[in-house]
Amino acid sequence: MADATPPSGTGPLGKREARLAWGLLLPTIAAVALVVVLPLLAIFWISVKPVALADLRAPEPVLREDLRGGPEVAGDQAQIRYRLRNSSQEQPILAVSFRDVVPEGLLVQSVDARCVLEGRDLSCDLGDWEPGHRETLSIPVVVEQAYFDNDVAPQDSAASITGQSSNVLTNSDFTLDNFARIFSGDEFFEVLWVTLFYTVFGTIGALVVGLFAALLLNKSFRGQGILRGLYLFPYVAPVIAVAFAWLILFDPFSGSVNALLVQMGVSPQAINFFGERPLALIMVTVFEIWRYFPLSFLFILARMQSIDSDMFEAADMDGASPFQQFWYLSVPQLLGILSVLFLLRFIWTFNKFDDIFLLTGGNAGTRTLTVNVYEQAFAVSNIGAGAAVAVVIFGCLLTFSIFFLKYISQEEGL
Amino acid sequence: MNLLRQGYVTGPALGALWLVVLSVTVSVAMSFATGEAFRPSIVLSLAWGAVAGAGMVAFGRTRVVQLAVLAVMIAVIAVGIGPMETGADTGAVAGLIGAVVLGTAFAASLAPFLKDVVSGPLGRHEFEAAIIRFLTGFGYIFFTAIVLIPFYVMVMTSLKNQSELIQNPLDFSIDFSKGAELFRSYNELFSDFNFGTYLFNSFVISVTTVFITLAFAIPGAYAVARLRFRGQAAFSRSILLIYMVPMIVLALPIYIAFSMTGLRNSFVGIVMIYPVTTIPVALYMLQGYFRGLPSEVEEAGLMDGLSRLAVIWKITLPLSLPALASVSLYVFMIAWNEFLLAFMLLDDPSRFTLTRGIAALNSSEIPRQHLMAGSVVATVPIMALFLGLEKFMTKGLTAGSVKG
Repeated sequence: MADATPPSGTGPLGKREARLAWGLLLPTIAAVALVVVLPLLAIFWISVKPVALADLRAPEPVLREDLRGGPEVAGDQAQIRYRLRNSSQEQPILAVSFRDVVPEGLLVQSVDARCVLEGRDLSCDLGDWEPGHRETLSIPVVVEQAYFDNDVAPQDSAASITGQSSNVLTNSDFTLDNFARIFSGDEFFEVLWVTLFYTVFGTIGALVVGLFAALLLNKSFRGQGILRGLYLFPYVAPVIAVAFAWLILFDPFSGSVNALLVQMGVSPQAINFFGERPLALIMVTVFEIWRYFPLSFLFILARMQSIDSDMFEAADMDGASPFQQFWYLSVPQLLGILSVLFLLRFIWTFNKFDDIFLLTGGNAGTRTLTVNVYEQAFAVSNIGAGAAVAVVIFGCLLTFSIFFLKYISQEEGL
Repeated sequence: MNLLRQGYVTGPALGALWLVVLSVTVSVAMSFATGEAFRPSIVLSLAWGAVAGAGMVAFGRTRVVQLAVLAVMIAVIAVGIGPMETGADTGAVAGLIGAVVLGTAFAASLAPFLKDVVSGPLGRHEFEAAIIRFLTGFGYIFFTAIVLIPFYVMVMTSLKNQSELIQNPLDFSIDFSKGAELFRSYNELFSDFNFGTYLFNSFVISVTTVFITLAFAIPGAYAVARLRFRGQAAFSRSILLIYMVPMIVLALPIYIAFSMTGLRNSFVGIVMIYPVTTIPVALYMLQGYFRGLPSEVEEAGLMDGLSRLAVIWKITLPLSLPALASVSLYVFMIAWNEFLLAFMLLDDPSRFTLTRGIAALNSSEIPRQHLMAGSVVATVPIMALFLGLEKFMTKGLTAGSVKG
């Protein structure tokens, strides 16, 4: 008898389990592929295309039909009129054709040479249209009693019209102008510097403030729960609401902060907090810290509360002072969560768009890379350049992620 | 360092700094509450605070000393050489209230701060404990102020009218005599600006997003947490990577695709996109919870002849109701607060969500108390939900990592 060996490879049960797992994951994978991966690929494609905002509306043939001649009784003459035009003033449409159904009770007398009438089905082959092409097609008819009985007008059956137009998104025009454009000039380096300042100080600030808040609440007293809930408000409230509240609070003409500063004699005249060059960038960074310190606070507090208190009692017995306990006991325990938070917050701050967009719209020296995507694509109406900035962002993120994945595998938590 | 650790140095120093903190706080609070002029005097605060600190160290922290400090504070403020000054036209009553509040707060809080600070050299413990008590007091005031002031201003601005706001931007007192007139902005928002519709739209979209997200994330999370298959580790890792993709990068192609297919301005389009932004977070949070459940219960179910799907439905889900609640809350919050996609994809006022509706209020023709009233309308439901279910929320947020 052969030696009994443990089975190797994947057995049928294992295979079934794996199949089930993939089955359960399939919807998620499909959705993510559709909404995340596909757009990412599209971004690369668009970034090498000369696309402007106006190009998004592909040229299309437009058709309107009505019955002219005002027939009143059976036997009257009338015309079915088709008004046709090319919606684009710049691009031709090729091989335009349409089909329509002539309503019952309209007897067609003759048709245009380009059209064919079979029974009541009318089909016309109109050939190629120049940019801005317009024409009117009239078909004379005699009206019969059935038309009045049915009460079906020609426009009640919609004509279907088709034509081929070249779309800049799908044709084979490629260009590197988008990249040349965004990298040219000092502007790009200013954007990069602003992004870096915002990201680094926003991240570190939120961590430090969050750590301070966590130290405050890391003891149990009455009202601790309420304070903890309160300190999370900035994170939970809709960004648009708090951004506008800040704008109104710091308004140079009627903001309370300016009134307060003038009254207290700190500043002789009102300060335009979100409109002056170095100040605006500092203010959006402060807003970022304000809005996201609750998140770091929550994670740091959770970690603190899981530290064993015996250690602190022992240290206390040995005569360690409060600051020593913090520095030699708490900080090393918190280092893991702090570094993970730093990495995550760094990437998310780098990606942040809404806050700056709402506060300054990227003016007064606060244009970060993400705001630049919007600026290029929608303010300058150059979708291609916007996509090129997005590609640059994606490149940066890829670098971060490689670093992140290498690092996070060594860290507990998250 | 040794010089600082003398009772006669520590006491006055902490007293001085603490009086600066308190006089700034009380001045700002009194200015907001009455709209009249209060201003802290930093130099005089330092001086009087040092005197009070020295007094407490010298004579002990008894009730008598506290009362003396209180009396001196009120007296010097009244004379006009105190830590807080009032403007020429500030009412006498308001001035007196300010002085009493500041004096009481200072006298009452300085004594516990200097509990173990005695004259002569201090031990490291006593010194650091006093510093920490000072920092704690400062921290509570600082955080409460920075969190509350923006929200307070938001609510108060929404209750005022344009001329009141321009007249005195510092006056945040409520004039109750106006009665229902106080809520005029809210009335106009709901009657003229369709906010009822926006509220309903936001609610429907958020709830739909929650259900779709759960429908995708529960099976996915279960597979990642419980089933063995090749690529499991890589998969759970790459969920995190999806967090890393910035929304604006995705929004651009989505905008193009929706423009071309006519999905802009439709709920279907929004509801197709929102869940995908939340599925990764939900999946990550849920798989963490599923891993923590004892697998023996599920195995018992399998032995008794249930299929895997039946196990999930009948055993795993009922056990993970708390996690489902917190994930739902969190997803609801993301969808409710979402601004960028709503801003880019919705142009038709009848389809606006609340956040998009508020963005439309930001114009020079619409008075800004409407803007603030809109912000309050958007903030209150999510705050109420959050405060009511705060326990779930904090647990849920820390259970999985969270998208900011």
